[in-house]
Amino acid sequence: MERVILHCDLNSFYASVECLYNPSLRNVPMAVGGDIEKRHGIILAKNQPAKKYDIKTGEAIWQAMSKCPGLIVVPPRFSLYMRFSQKVRDIFSRYTDRIESFGIDEAWLDVTGSVHLFGDGKKIADEIRQTIRQELGITASVGVSFNKVFAKLGSDYKKPDATTVITRENMKDIVFPLPVSDLLYVGYATTKKLHRYGIYTIGDLANADLAFLKRRLGKWGEYIWIFANGEEHSPVLPQLYEPYVKSIGNSTTAPRDLTTWQDIGIITHVLAESVAARLRDHQFKCSTVTVYVRDNELEHFTRQCKLEYPTDISREIAQSAMRLFRENIDFSKPLRSIGIKASDLSVGSSAVQLSFFTDQALRERESAIDKAFDQVRQRFGFYRIQRGCMKSDTLLSGFNPKGEHVIFPEGYFKAGE
Amino acid sequence: MAGKMYVDVIVHHQADGKIKPLVIIWKNGVKYAIDKVTQVTLAASLKAGGAGVRYTCIIQGVSRYLFLEDDRWFIEKGD
Repeated sequence: MERVILHCDLNSFYASVECLYNPSLRNVPMAVGGDIEKRHGIILAKNQPAKKYDIKTGEAIWQAMSKCPGLIVVPPRFSLYMRFSQKVRDIFSRYTDRIESFGIDEAWLDVTGSVHLFGDGKKIADEIRQTIRQELGITASVGVSFNKVFAKLGSDYKKPDATTVITRENMKDIVFPLPVSDLLYVGYATTKKLHRYGIYTIGDLANADLAFLKRRLGKWGEYIWIFANGEEHSPVLPQLYEPYVKSIGNSTTAPRDLTTWQDIGIITHVLAESVAARLRDHQFKCSTVTVYVRDNELEHFTRQCKLEYPTDISREIAQSAMRLFRENIDFSKPLRSIGIKASDLSVGSSAVQLSFFTDQALRERESAIDKAFDQVRQRFGFYRIQRGCMKSDTLLSGFNPKGEHVIFPEGYFKAGE
Repeated sequence: MAGKMYVDVIVHHQADGKIKPLVIIWKNGVKYAIDKVTQVTLAASLKAGGAGVRYTCIIQGVSRYLFLEDDRWFIEKGD
């Protein structure tokens, strides 16, 4: 039996929730943006009137303001959006248990097993849209198709508050004329390559020679060719399945430019503590540490190194990160933001090969210190216990990346491609 | 202007877990008894700006919406 897959996309999610709670914002251009004071200044979402000014998710607030001087920017309230996201999920679960979230504002639903109860894909999609509108006061676009990739194209096809059905019969009319960059996983770089080969639309890609694509783009060439032809069969991952975590990272834009090793050291320790604490929360250890550096002209680079042992110890992560920073930073330009990412994860309890040349007793003591930190912070709050170096500049150290972890909407990553 | 007004409510928490609002207490202390609840549903209020459980209440012969949003009650202020 042909599958029935829905992709549901909450339109301008953050902005819609803010407009629901503040009716005076509904008819004026408004956006949800990061903290201007602390310079986390990007647009996370915008409402319909703001779209007329060509304001883009992911651009800097000052850029958006120059396009639309009257733009009202409100700070994000993530806990509120998480609550709404959960309520939307509750609505989905009236129809199926096969729900796969894609960011906070998008999800795939496999309703193949529910059509005999509730009617065909379009009927379920229309009902879900109506329910979201009535119960939550926000809107969604839904794509209905026989695979996940086309369902996603469908939800992008018509916005806001619309259902688009893509079948094997109409796919050539709807999907094939779309620009190839609309296809999932065809990012900026791939699009440029495909243009070079004269492939501009999804139809061009579907009709391209597979052997040629494989030669030019490797295995991704084959994947996107399969996507374009509607032959993608990956399942919608059921509700209880948490996608496997591949890395854990934190980054921050500092309240002032970073110009000395002391500045870098303070931020590095805050970030490393957060990354290590999150590793411990999930019982992971990491074997690779990656650092990210962006200067005040927004140029950026990443560097990574392998660790000798898998670790979740703050000091070891901080040390590796500091070494990478020292090897790669010359302060020719002041730095604006830095980040640390732990990857190559293993499950924390798995056996570790000990070495003669490492002070294992010291490692165990440091591990105990980290756990004590966790417990104090859990009981009394994050700022109750801090490393001494944090006190040397409380402006720089005064943030809690673990607790204030920013969740970007999917649109942010699209814009960043 | 239309808007959101939080109100005090006297509520009957029933043994089966249902919640039934009985009396709305206005800011000036005046009590309005809810004669009947005719519908309970999840709903958003575009007028007030919020979303939660919406109780359609008959008060002195007039039908009004009363919303329970998380742990606070509100009504839609008139135009």
